[in-house]
Amino acid sequence: MSSFTLAVRDSSTMLRRNLLHARRYPSLTLNLLLTPVMLLLLFVYVFGDTMSAGIGGGGADRSDYIAYLVPGLLLMTVGSTTIGTAVSVANDMNEGIIARFRTMAIHRGSVLVGHVIGSVLQSILSVAFVGVIAVAIGFRSTDATVPEWIAAFGLLALFSLALTWIAVGMGLISPSVEAASNNALPLIFLPLISSAFVPVDAMPGWFRPIAEYQPFTPAIETLRGLLLGTEIGQRNGWLAIAWCLGLTVLGYLWATAKFDNDPR
Amino acid sequence: MTIPAIAANGLRKSYGDKVVLDGIDLTVAAGTVFSLLGPNGAGKTTAVKILSTLVTADAGELWVGGHDPAANPQAVRAAIGVTGQFSAVDGLITGEENMWLMADLNHLSRRDGRRTAAELLERFDLTDAAKKPASTYSGGMKRRLDIAMTLVGDPRIIFLDEPTTGLDPRSRHNMWGIIRELVSDGVTVFLTTQYLDEADELADRIAVLDDGKIAAEGTAEELKRLVPGGHVRLRFTDPAAYRAAVAALREVTPDEESLSLQIPSGGSQRELRAILDRLHAAAIEADELTVHTPDLDDVFFALTGGTGIPDQPKETAR
Repeated sequence: MSSFTLAVRDSSTMLRRNLLHARRYPSLTLNLLLTPVMLLLLFVYVFGDTMSAGIGGGGADRSDYIAYLVPGLLLMTVGSTTIGTAVSVANDMNEGIIARFRTMAIHRGSVLVGHVIGSVLQSILSVAFVGVIAVAIGFRSTDATVPEWIAAFGLLALFSLALTWIAVGMGLISPSVEAASNNALPLIFLPLISSAFVPVDAMPGWFRPIAEYQPFTPAIETLRGLLLGTEIGQRNGWLAIAWCLGLTVLGYLWATAKFDNDPR
Repeated sequence: MTIPAIAANGLRKSYGDKVVLDGIDLTVAAGTVFSLLGPNGAGKTTAVKILSTLVTADAGELWVGGHDPAANPQAVRAAIGVTGQFSAVDGLITGEENMWLMADLNHLSRRDGRRTAAELLERFDLTDAAKKPASTYSGGMKRRLDIAMTLVGDPRIIFLDEPTTGLDPRSRHNMWGIIRELVSDGVTVFLTTQYLDEADELADRIAVLDDGKIAAEGTAEELKRLVPGGHVRLRFTDPAAYRAAVAALREVTPDEESLSLQIPSGGSQRELRAILDRLHAAAIEADELTVHTPDLDDVFFALTGGTGIPDQPKETAR
């Protein structure tokens, strides 16, 4: 068997294992979905009226705020589900089964690749779930063309690939499941200091650069532009892609280096 | 001489300042059971981890299943099966799914995989529990599943790291039966244990590992010959009788605290009679007499620093 066939075969076996875990124990994924869904409902129904005053230069109402909020929350959903990745990787590493995998003549990367593909699929499903709720409470993406839809989907998938590799690295360096969920918290906090809920212009001057250049804001602005037909700004598009590719490569190198280290 | 299944020469491993394996040599002939015996922390698990390609050695020549684990770990992995000290089963999925996972990772066809899984589950008495999550299994069942999973790939060399630690006596005997069966199939077994009776029972050759070094190596019989012969132990309840016995018998090792004493003896009828005659002549009656023949325990304690020897006195007579 060639090493490529071996890699594909072993990775798909590992993917099946991870999907089986997710199907057998959906509570982790569902718990993680709770945060973006609760925030969506909270910000739309409780804060929506007040928040809408801060966008679009006044005169906006609750339905405008839904449109503003949803792209950010879709990306937050990606961030939130990747916490599950860090937790399940850390959980795996604490089990003897990983030591078994390491002593078998299988493709070494397949353990991580299985986790990554499984997580990306899960976060796409989660995004779809949150998207359906968003549509149910009045979100409409009427101006988007088919290529824009495809681009939006591609961005979400790429963003989740990037965060997943980072989360895998976080899971690998965490000594316990609890530590993993703590280490991965930035993935759910970062959207709070992005343009997901309020425009960056509304933040204090010294803080704006942080909010503007962190990975979430360019991705949110790009997704917002793709779904709502608003101006993306060339800088945001490229920044989003650069962040995604950069984090994917960084996360991949970090995670595989950690996995290749001798276990204690 | 045939090529050994496992060989190590000058194997060294340190974690930071701590030397775990300080240059050990060992050879395991194909089709035999080799037991690495040692107290906790002696380095047994580290030795298994290195030989099974899980961690890399700092120094030493290694040979496992015809390959060098450092140069060609995948070839070694294809020849071996490992059952570690901590259960290596996926608790979130069922026993049967664990077996199918192993079949897939061993690249068996779906039909062969299903058949092998079913046969092994049957052989290890797990058919009834096959559809239950492995996390619900008892300790003994988990170990059986663990070994069944190891056997899916039909390895010629199997590493078992403390396979019976934490098992109840019944499961332990079951496990011994399983190991004997493996050997009868021609498999080479590398077994670590902290139980002397287990090594005595199963192993063709035993190496005693202490503090990162091989303290002794040989068959159980050879090791038993390393320590001085057995002894007779007399115990008294009356301190006066005890003191009289110490005075009447020569070459005794007294233990004032427990009012007992030990006399070196091979345990033969003639030697026992000589002791009894002398006690009789001095009109001393012991409350208890036990004959102790050397076993692996003596070897173990004699070789591994001697702390905690149960019937050795802590202080000599005043």
